[in-house]
Amino acid sequence: MHEVTGAVSREWELFPDGDAALVLAFPARLDPRINARCVAVAEALRRRPVQGVRDVVEAFATVTVHFDPLAGDAGAIETVLRSLAEKATAPAGEDPLPPGREVRLPVCYGGARGPDLADVARFARCSEAEVVERHCRASYRVYMLGFQPGFAYLGAVDPRIAAPRREVPRVHVPAGSVGIAARQTGVYPVASPGGWQLVGQTPVRIFDMSRSDPFLLAAGDRVRFEPIDEASYDRLEGGRP
Amino acid sequence: MTSAQPGLIVEDGGLLTTVQDTGRWGYQHYGVSVSGAMDPAAHRRANRLVGNPPEAATLEITLVGPVLRFRTAARIGVSGAAFELRLDARAVSTDTLLHPEPGQTLAFGRRTAGARAYLAAAGGILVPVVLGSRSTHLRSGMGGLEGRALRVGDGLAVGSSRGVPHRESAAARWGRSMPLGGARVRVLPGPHAGLFDPEMLRRLETARYTIRPESDRMGYRLDGAPIAGPAGLSLLSQGMPVGAVQVVPSGGVIVAMADRQTAGGYPRVATVITADIPVLGQLAPGDWIEFQRCDPRTAREALVEAEEEREST
Repeated sequence: MHEVTGAVSREWELFPDGDAALVLAFPARLDPRINARCVAVAEALRRRPVQGVRDVVEAFATVTVHFDPLAGDAGAIETVLRSLAEKATAPAGEDPLPPGREVRLPVCYGGARGPDLADVARFARCSEAEVVERHCRASYRVYMLGFQPGFAYLGAVDPRIAAPRREVPRVHVPAGSVGIAARQTGVYPVASPGGWQLVGQTPVRIFDMSRSDPFLLAAGDRVRFEPIDEASYDRLEGGRP
Repeated sequence: MTSAQPGLIVEDGGLLTTVQDTGRWGYQHYGVSVSGAMDPAAHRRANRLVGNPPEAATLEITLVGPVLRFRTAARIGVSGAAFELRLDARAVSTDTLLHPEPGQTLAFGRRTAGARAYLAAAGGILVPVVLGSRSTHLRSGMGGLEGRALRVGDGLAVGSSRGVPHRESAAARWGRSMPLGGARVRVLPGPHAGLFDPEMLRRLETARYTIRPESDRMGYRLDGAPIAGPAGLSLLSQGMPVGAVQVVPSGGVIVAMADRQTAGGYPRVATVITADIPVLGQLAPGDWIEFQRCDPRTAREALVEAEEEREST
């Protein structure tokens, strides 16, 4: 994951993906401003539902609109998407990046909660404390959610600590585990197999079906990690930030 | 919503029996998979047999069917894959309306065509609605009965059939035949088709692929002519529809199915048209698949034709 910070071109493309999805594609770069356009278009489309649209999925540089081809009219959806894309790339759209909501996530680093912290320190040729300090320094952008319910792709990680995925994925990664995979970082919402380098664990549930709003994070938010000790972890377990 | 009654007991879960409906739409941007019936047309047909709306939850029955005991009288219908069925000792048919009495047992026997059957009960299978759907997503353990396949001893609530319209006419034979050993499905070019060597596109359209054993509700992994992806291409993940034909770095081909992840980062050479998703859902490991390229107009006509047939049965 490598963030681009150069000038943003106005280009975008609209094309079908099969007969039940349309894709709005901005230049395929990992760029916070391109991603912000995807978020803006997707949110506008969700606020103003179009007949037949079943799902609007913003990703790093694309928005995929899934529709029921018998209930919806691809032409009508395309018209709305075009106008939203024009609006998102109009000169006013060149304004500074929307700051986004910042969520602070407490993380207990190292030990059993972050079994790969030592490996990441070896990769970075620095102390474990410096890995933690560098991981907590940035305010990360939520580029998109995917892989699992509530799993947020965050970027970009300090290149110094951007250790690649583990060669052999773990069969069991506990919920709340905080991982690094090259320049991406993220939190496992539920226990699952996983290949990211685990540096710590948050006691906060970023996905919890028992809450009225099960998802803590959405694309466009920002996340900042804050180091906590084991005693604080136990006190905060299961809570919200 | 009608009140839940203890309707049926699972005496044998079969190979993979899950609660499914038309899918969990509207949450893919939170990473929540759609899931839902692998053969949406057969799911809907089963619901029509008993007078349910298409959204009612059914049981999706895979390859080896379950044994179910009814505790209350019910009105049920089974559609999709061709199975031999017994209601106690009596042989009964799929695609007809059945009226099990309290204490009677429905046993699925030999399967003669297709891979997945759908059992609908008037009033629907009642499991909790999770994010707008009753569908089971096995990987995340969401929806259905505790997010998993049915097993012996499970009890399932069935909605009240009171007020559900009785349509004996729906019991007419269904024109659709189930695939036997494989199927040819029509595709449109995928979002990255233009990046592939044209020779690779020809190869995809002329080769016969076989569904590998590790295929599941997430995707069908195929054996057959390998496809070389675009050289040196590293893609950013993007949203993924059902039927997406993905090419992995080894040259292998994976077709995204109902439980697919919401986004994927492999190049996508083709997308199966909506009209052919039902037949794709009736394939099993070992079956063959051929891809036939078509155009958007053909895709549209095929869909309208399938819809008209459904409306007339």
